[in-house]
Amino acid sequence: MSEVRTLIVDDSSVMRKIVERSLRQAGLNPLLVFEAGSGVEGLDLLKAQQVDLILSDINMPSMDGLEFLRQLRAQNLAPGVPVVMITTESSEEHVKQAILAGAQGYIRKPFTAEQVKERVLPLLNAA
Amino acid sequence: MTLSLRESVHLVSDPKNLDASVEEVFQLMLGVNCQRYSGPVEIVEPESVTAVVGFGGLLSGACVFRSGASAAIKIAAHMTGMEFEEIDDTVKDGIGEICNMLAGAWKGKVPDLAANCGLSVPAVITGRDYNLHVQAPEFKLYHTYHFDDASFEVTIICDGLQ
Repeated sequence: MSEVRTLIVDDSSVMRKIVERSLRQAGLNPLLVFEAGSGVEGLDLLKAQQVDLILSDINMPSMDGLEFLRQLRAQNLAPGVPVVMITTESSEEHVKQAILAGAQGYIRKPFTAEQVKERVLPLLNAA
Repeated sequence: MTLSLRESVHLVSDPKNLDASVEEVFQLMLGVNCQRYSGPVEIVEPESVTAVVGFGGLLSGACVFRSGASAAIKIAAHMTGMEFEEIDDTVKDGIGEICNMLAGAWKGKVPDLAANCGLSVPAVITGRDYNLHVQAPEFKLYHTYHFDDASFEVTIICDGLQ
């Protein structure tokens, strides 16, 4: 597999590290990770970097993950790049909102590396 | 029809949901099995860490995590694979995320609550000699747990239920 350039958007640096570790455990090697602590940072980063995969938290201060996703689509940043939401919010309504905003996948916290693998690898293979 | 949780308060306040949430979060994110204590945790260390995640919507209140410094450091070490000597920003961040996941897992046990109750971002308090006081909650769950030699408290406070 060629290098997977991945953007992880989460206001928690610990969660960003855990997501990165889970991706590596899921077999995404080599992996180049870009980190953003908010939706705003994520959008700025995508103006300068090309990525193959985006994983984003939903519940974040300043710009939440759903607004980040809407802005991403509105500004046509990272077109065709799969976006997976990783969040504690797990109701059908939250999943529906994420899908409507343009997410291709949804992972509920807490999660295992195996769950990350199941949700992410098919998206990368299809992209 | 207006949705109300009043009729399902027995489900919302079921103590088993909190135990299952703690078990799930600690098993999946730390790889440890937690045991519930029957009594209160006596935090003898001078410094303690408290994380609070607020609930808003059909239920208002908070999920509160509290432990001594050594337990907080141990939890953060399990989460990150790093070693810590003191409560730094990474430890606080990790404890805030644990509280966030506990709050999310707990409300996720009752579908109407999951869909109609939002979570705040976590707030983390560290220090010595402080108390948290909530006046006359609708209900309160206070459970204490341990894994290895680390013990902690998790409290669900509901101060409003629609």
